[in-house]
Amino acid sequence: MAYSLLEGNESIARGAIAAGCRFFAGYPITPATTIYQNMLNLLPPLGGICLQGEDEIASIGFCLGASMAGMKVMTATSGPGISLYSENISFAIGSEIPIVIVDVQRLGPSTGSATRGADGDINFLRWGNSGGLPVIVLAPVDVRDCFTLTMHAFNLAEKFRCPVFIASNKEIGMTRESVDLQTLKTPRNIDRTPAPKDPPFVPFHVDPPQTVPDFLPIGHRILVRQTSSTHGADGYITTDSEIIARNQLRLEKKLLSAIDQFSFHEACLVDGADTLLISYGVSARAARAVFNDRKRQGKPIALLVIKTLWPVPEQLIRQIARAVKRIVMVEMNMGQYVREIERILPDKQIDFLGQMDGRLITPAQITRVIDRE
Amino acid sequence: MNSFINPKRPPVFCPGCTHERITHTLDQAFQDMHLAGHQIAIVSDIGCSGLFDTFFNTHAMHGLHGRALTYATGLKMARPELKVVVTMGDGGQGIGGAHLLAACRRNLDLTLLILNNFNFGMTGGQFSATTPPEAQLGSGFLNALERPLDICNVARSAGAPYVRRCSGFLKNLAEEIRCAVEYDGFSVMDIWGICPGRYTKKNRLSPKMIDEVLAKLPSLEGVVPENVRPEYSHHYRSMIAEQKKVPDPAVIKARFKAPQAGRQGVLLLGSAGQRIITAGELLCLAGLTAGLKTTQKNEYNITVLRGPSISELILSPVEIDFTGIDNPTVVVALDQEGVDRRRNLFKHLGKDTLIIQISGVTLPASEAGIQRVDFKGQSIKRPDWALASLAVLAKLKKVIRTEMLEAALKVRFKGEALKASLDLIDRIDVGERL
Repeated sequence: MAYSLLEGNESIARGAIAAGCRFFAGYPITPATTIYQNMLNLLPPLGGICLQGEDEIASIGFCLGASMAGMKVMTATSGPGISLYSENISFAIGSEIPIVIVDVQRLGPSTGSATRGADGDINFLRWGNSGGLPVIVLAPVDVRDCFTLTMHAFNLAEKFRCPVFIASNKEIGMTRESVDLQTLKTPRNIDRTPAPKDPPFVPFHVDPPQTVPDFLPIGHRILVRQTSSTHGADGYITTDSEIIARNQLRLEKKLLSAIDQFSFHEACLVDGADTLLISYGVSARAARAVFNDRKRQGKPIALLVIKTLWPVPEQLIRQIARAVKRIVMVEMNMGQYVREIERILPDKQIDFLGQMDGRLITPAQITRVIDRE
Repeated sequence: MNSFINPKRPPVFCPGCTHERITHTLDQAFQDMHLAGHQIAIVSDIGCSGLFDTFFNTHAMHGLHGRALTYATGLKMARPELKVVVTMGDGGQGIGGAHLLAACRRNLDLTLLILNNFNFGMTGGQFSATTPPEAQLGSGFLNALERPLDICNVARSAGAPYVRRCSGFLKNLAEEIRCAVEYDGFSVMDIWGICPGRYTKKNRLSPKMIDEVLAKLPSLEGVVPENVRPEYSHHYRSMIAEQKKVPDPAVIKARFKAPQAGRQGVLLLGSAGQRIITAGELLCLAGLTAGLKTTQKNEYNITVLRGPSISELILSPVEIDFTGIDNPTVVVALDQEGVDRRRNLFKHLGKDTLIIQISGVTLPASEAGIQRVDFKGQSIKRPDWALASLAVLAKLKKVIRTEMLEAALKVRFKGEALKASLDLIDRIDVGERL
């Protein structure tokens, strides 16, 4: 056994470097600041670029510019910064600019409590863009996930040309934990697909069944256009409703049709269990403790830890919940993801446990809900 | 040299708009520089100035209102060989004011062309940051209440090394633009023009009037000598050449045996300035030397040298799921602020819990055993109390052993700091059991 001691934020930074990230721009905000600090230590010696923007809007703007120049980019903030990112998140969705965005969540609303954790941004990450098109949100549970899911986030951003969020939490990002880095199961790095060398290059053209356009960087010998306006395949503004409709549908389908490729989760199924405990993020750790306790006590329940929150892995959830009568949903907010569970599993009894006061939901609290029957 | 104007997308400005003249002048400037289209990126945002990128056969990035400078910054840092020209209106300039200030301070080699026509044209002629108070516009009386911004003076005070204010009708405008683009640093051109679609509907403005007003203003001819300094991306690249690679996280092999079997929870209850978080890290590192899994969950206020500071440490032979502690093995009461923050915990503590009570801290009632230690009497400085309390644990063979703590100190500290910390833990008196 040989462990290292890392906090979640450092693990995200190191995962990003391992994934090929060479550009970071951020703005200090508790509890995400140590991601910026780590990137500032890690990137320059590698020849990478780490910038502190004048604000969060500038930070994500720098990232979008650098991503269009072909670099793998990341920014990190907390809820108040996500608010400021919003218009540029929409830009990245609509104009297919790969970027990894880390939200180390703190207790909201608004500036809230800088040093208290919560999972209050889960719906905000999904719906906080104009247009409402889907995004990918991954939720780490521990320091190991912080490393590996960050690597997956880069791969997904590159593969699907979209923003990918890491929904961390103060209680993961600023918690130190022992980890055997040698045993991490890390994916192979994926890069965005370059367009064929010969012109004409049509920046948003796809040949079905291809759903994601090939990429060339701004600065390439072949000219590249990028625009935040509603555009046709040529990257020029368009008012043609047929072209617009086709593109909107493609932007939605490119993620929804591929969800099975990236539905990260942990399922512990037990024969005869009639209750399925569902959780994500730091609360999944309390859920795991409950799962283990009940197994020891001979009163087993099933457990599902969801690590790809958006797009919702609907088939997966239905399949795992098939044999149980009852769902206990636990999340560190007033009830956000439980709405998705209720939508997907209308015929199950669904009990909810949520809390938003800066304290972790404890195994004892979960056990009380399970025993309430 | 061929024109860079895209023949398939000719300019679509209102008849008489200065933007059209600037479009052709910019084209002329690019031709005079003997650049190829792929060596240039035009970055624009919203409004009539945001149409510029569509007219040119160059690279193009068009984004959100007021934010063009931010995209251009990322682009230029990633591709320093590109000539990056940013077009913004006076409207976008007002929106993205912070980005202008930062770009001036940064001095990255971008060229900002502000197409200043004194109003938001596209949305109906509302007042912008440069609208004169006497103008009649779509914002009613509101512009009469605000003073217009002198973009060039702002840019100069913010540190832009190249600032040029001129009329869009200037005869040698192409040459002026070329000078700005060729300048190796952040260059700003405030180019005044006429918006016939909105502004001159109710306000008189002619090229001659623009010249008259400009003649009364202090002249800004380009290079601002007092702001000349190294360009940001060159400077950045020279600085990073000196940065040393950060080592990988220390890998700690198991070589000791923990004094007790099973999961141990330790709560450090102190206050800011007592180096609680560092002590917590050391306890975790000590755990790793015995092959234990560890977690460190911290709680403190946003204030830096004030308020409670609490660290919750778990050392366990099996995977740790929940990182909170409801039944601690040890509670270290280092400061009243930390104890008060967790006041409710004490009544739940059983006989198996040991409290290390530092003299001067008052404890709420509990059934826990108490070890009272006087650090002040041992002349230990307050910032060292948390570390000293780990030495007490080690000497009592509670949770950790002295060799584990020493090994942790060797991972965390070097040189004098290591020596001082080893000396400190060596001389600690563990106090008395009450």
